[in-house]
Amino acid sequence: MDYRCVKTTCPYCGCGCQMLLEVLDGKLVDTMPSKEKNMNQGKLCIKGQTAHEFVHSPDRLTHPLIRKNGKLETATWEEAFELITSRFSHIKNTYGGNSIGFFSSARSTNEENYLCQKLCRTAFQTNNIDHCARL
Amino acid sequence: MTNSIAEIEDADCLLVVGSNTTEAHPLIAYRMFRAKEKGAILIVVDPRKIQLTAFADIHIQLNYGTDIAFINGVMNEIISNNWHNEEFISTRTEDFEILKETVKPYTLERVSDITGVPVESIKETARLYATSKNSSICYTLGITEHSFGVDNVKTLANLAMLTGQIGKVSSGVNPLRGQNNVQGACDMGALPNVYPGYQSVTDLYVQKKFQDAWGVELSPQLGKMIPDMMDGLIDGSLKGLYIFGENSVEGDPNTAHVRRALESAQFLVVHDIFLTATAEMADVVLPGACWAEVDGTFSNTERRVQRVRKAVEPPGDALPNWKIFSEIGTRLGIAMKYDSAEEIFNEMSALTPSFGGLTYDRIDVEGIQWPCPSKEHPGTRFLHQGAFTRGKGKFHAIDHQKSKDEADKEFPFTLTTGRRYAHYNTSTMTGRCKTLVNEFPEPIAQINTVDAGQMGLKDGDQVRVISRRGEVITPIRVGNVVPPGSLFMDFHFASANSNVLLGTFLDPVSKTPDYKVCAVKLEKCAD
Ligand code: SF4
Repeated sequence: MDYRCVKTTCPYCGCGCQMLLEVLDGKLVDTMPSKEKNMNQGKLCIKGQTAHEFVHSPDRLTHPLIRKNGKLETATWEEAFELITSRFSHIKNTYGGNSIGFFSSARSTNEENYLCQKLCRTAFQTNNIDHCARL
Repeated sequence: MTNSIAEIEDADCLLVVGSNTTEAHPLIAYRMFRAKEKGAILIVVDPRKIQLTAFADIHIQLNYGTDIAFINGVMNEIISNNWHNEEFISTRTEDFEILKETVKPYTLERVSDITGVPVESIKETARLYATSKNSSICYTLGITEHSFGVDNVKTLANLAMLTGQIGKVSSGVNPLRGQNNVQGACDMGALPNVYPGYQSVTDLYVQKKFQDAWGVELSPQLGKMIPDMMDGLIDGSLKGLYIFGENSVEGDPNTAHVRRALESAQFLVVHDIFLTATAEMADVVLPGACWAEVDGTFSNTERRVQRVRKAVEPPGDALPNWKIFSEIGTRLGIAMKYDSAEEIFNEMSALTPSFGGLTYDRIDVEGIQWPCPSKEHPGTRFLHQGAFTRGKGKFHAIDHQKSKDEADKEFPFTLTTGRRYAHYNTSTMTGRCKTLVNEFPEPIAQINTVDAGQMGLKDGDQVRVISRRGEVITPIRVGNVVPPGSLFMDFHFASANSNVLLGTFLDPVSKTPDYKVCAVKLEKCAD
């Protein structure tokens, strides 16, 4: 049996509560509030307390999907990367980089957002990058 | 936020405007309760009887979309009584005379007329906010999600500067950010006008710095914001779109318009953790990792950069999101190979002065609030101490404006929308948490007892809600949370998503749509 607690930050609202994810044999089993003298001081709201519940949902995407004959079908990463780079390169070469846009994510990490805007700005030389700051 | 979350509990007067704090930011509401216990005055400005109003000293139940008129009235009352802070105004601000002239016509009677707020309450708010030692404003989307959201925010800034209630401990203007890392996404330059750290894309010095670091030529031309990209897809100026972790189809207003836009894309990539309604429209869907499966950082609403740590492996072939971007970039010839999230963080902080002093080691235990320009810098608890970012704080002349989609004869109800405590946005995550689904299983539209009585409606009845854009069917709950003539709905459930009803009435500057005022009519569904 492998049991660990991993301290992390709540994935929902902007309060940024600190929490401990309880991991049993590679699966999340519960969430506990972190009790240090920081922001949430040993408390979490109902969303934070149950944050682990969606992670192992059977609905999670587990493979790339590519539309073939109108339907999304399972594909490999190689096929997906190949299609994305060739289609975006084609659009850039035909219509220019400003005909491509990126929506980044207010739910993802700083590192992921940094790379998303870097990819948009460097590979396509466009500043068409935004995220949903409003919801 | 200009202040820190912990400072809220030491404020003497809290003015909470357009923020359903107990449901949307529960652990910040908890600081507000602490402040109350310590003797603070709590003034809640909201058209609805939200939970927080039960604890308020004054509930300003103003008409929808009349915040500017109310605050202007408060400022006029402050100036008439000489409660404004002359020293702060003369040393830290400019254009006070313009503000004075602007708010003069906002007499108590006129403001009461526009807002529906009793004269006494306007006077009390003015006195308590201006004369308390440390007053603090907290606001959220009830302020920004209007077609004049930017003007709403500037009006609150006017009030804080007029009274000098900013730039000190427990006193400032504090937007509570809704999503876990919306602060960070802005900080990281996921915006069409700035690089990381709000460095302008039109600044040639900045452009050169990033060109040197990234090794490619960069565009000095402003990019498009989301609503313009949507329009661009329809008019053909935008051909390819990559959507990372956003459920635009269900989360954006005017669903029909969003669908038309995405259908028009020549090539659409959606990168997410679930097959959302948006992903279903894609040409390629990429399986990403969720927050429990990656290392990284989030910046919370008080600008505190905190660690996110990997606890479990992503399911199946799903990959950490940074690895996906890194691979695409590398295949397109960009230097984007990394071994860890930390390496990316270090590249970013070297290019971003406000993050310059941050490292994973330093933020390990409690995080650090930016600006943190050097390794020795402790971080910044509150902003604008001594000076504003632009030097002198400028007063803006702002007048009351009508919402773009006000109720009329044909659509007599005002619909306003928002979140529930147990759910989050389009509930792709919370809808898969059993506890939360049990807690709040289905959509509900809240309606006032008076209206329900007139229409012969009772709790649980199904109504058809119709706007100029579309219609949905939803069960109702009768009570006094919303005032007569209005309706409150959430956007958590696909079966009755209020975004189907909303129009695209954008703020001219921020392009934020109006989620708060939408004219609708109601019909009772046959049993
Ligand atoms: S636990 Fe609740 S209050 Fe804290 S960050 Fe998560 S959602 Fe927000």
